[in-house]
Amino acid sequence: MIGEGYVSGWRVFASVLAALALTIFHLPQWLDILRPDILLLVVIYWSLTAPRIAGLTFAWLCGFAIDVNTGVVFGQHALAFLLVATITHSYQLRMRIFPIWQQAFAVFLLLAVYQFAVFWIDGIIGKPVTTGLRWIPVLTGALLWPVAVAVLDTWNRRRR
Amino acid sequence: MASLSSDSRPIIARGPSLVLRLIVMGGISIGIMVLDHRQGYLEVARSWLASSVHPLRVVVQAPFNAWDWVTDSFSDRGQLKAQNQELQAQLRVANLQLLRMAALSQENLQLRAIREASSKLQTRSLVTEIMRVDIDPYRHRVLLNHGAKEDLYKGQAVLDAQGVFGQVTRVGQFASEVIMITDSGHATPVRINRTGLRTIAYGTSSFKKLSLPYITGDADVKVGDLLVTSGLGGIFPAGYPVAEISRVERDPSQSFATVEAKPLARMEQAHELLLVWFEPPTTLDIDEPEKTAKAAKPAPKPADQPGAPR
Repeated sequence: MIGEGYVSGWRVFASVLAALALTIFHLPQWLDILRPDILLLVVIYWSLTAPRIAGLTFAWLCGFAIDVNTGVVFGQHALAFLLVATITHSYQLRMRIFPIWQQAFAVFLLLAVYQFAVFWIDGIIGKPVTTGLRWIPVLTGALLWPVAVAVLDTWNRRRR
Repeated sequence: MASLSSDSRPIIARGPSLVLRLIVMGGISIGIMVLDHRQGYLEVARSWLASSVHPLRVVVQAPFNAWDWVTDSFSDRGQLKAQNQELQAQLRVANLQLLRMAALSQENLQLRAIREASSKLQTRSLVTEIMRVDIDPYRHRVLLNHGAKEDLYKGQAVLDAQGVFGQVTRVGQFASEVIMITDSGHATPVRINRTGLRTIAYGTSSFKKLSLPYITGDADVKVGDLLVTSGLGGIFPAGYPVAEISRVERDPSQSFATVEAKPLARMEQAHELLLVWFEPPTTLDIDEPEKTAKAAKPAPKPADQPGAPR
């Protein structure tokens, strides 16, 4: 379960910056393949915890930051983030009270939606990455979810 | 959709519904994608936006640079000595090759002047470093720590000490993006050095392999043949080493042979790269028909040409 608490904007912003840094942090090739979409996990977390601060515009901007940092075409990850955030927002009351393993499964589905949207747009712009390895981050992201929640919850509570 | 209203926003001043906002912002995203991909309107915006994330990139690669600095400053005497000896040996070999080089390039220039062949000449080069930032594990792209300030341009050739590495695809203010020759979206016009056969080498998403699909079954290709840039396509200047043929398989029932090559540049380990600027070819100019007609004259007198042998 996700803890509730007063959330300030700068705390959200700082977590986004940290997630962005982790997204581009240099790793060996095999770890790079396992790397989950950390910023998306952060966006899902804030969409559940602080939906009034982290709305759709916030998710879109986070996706756009990914586009600027690593993307092939502007708007690709922004759209995928927007899709995931919309689904999260419309189910957030239910997802918040899920036990953590069930939440992780829901996140697994959300990450799959995200990866599929990115994959689809890749195909449309004619630069597809067809290897099956690209779906690994969906699994590692879902496995990382409990850890991400624990870390963000702790940090969120401590300096209230 | 959830049957229970799970909209968390305040009831008063809610604004448009979730779905409506999804549609509007989704539309905006698609619009941006079309503008960026089809029209290419956002090049300038991208270059400035990229510079806004530059501080983050610098921070992310700082620990690696710090580690380099530490290992550099604390390397012991023996290590330095060994390195020095190795470098001296390399320099000796390189110098020996350079001795012949001056004479050969002069001779080449004269021959080219006689034939009036146009070739690009290297005018300037710049050593640059790969930023230690991960972009995309499935696309062979890297960031260089030089940008528009150093006059980099889109389509510029990037080399390493062993051979061709890739070309610049995006120029930012402080960093530029390079696509490697091994990216599956990259094709390099090459020539087999031994036979002069021209073909195209495609990237395969593997650092160790290029694929040459357009070599016919009866073509003269052997394992170990050197591939050099052919200069066609206008991006890479002619004559730079690209790869070495690593596999040739001929199937009598197929009209094309299966040919693979191993890139000479150290795609994975490379850290320092060389950017080169070239003088465009001077003789053949399509925009000025008069000049072209003059250049196409079958046998010009060598004495009329500047730089030709007397």
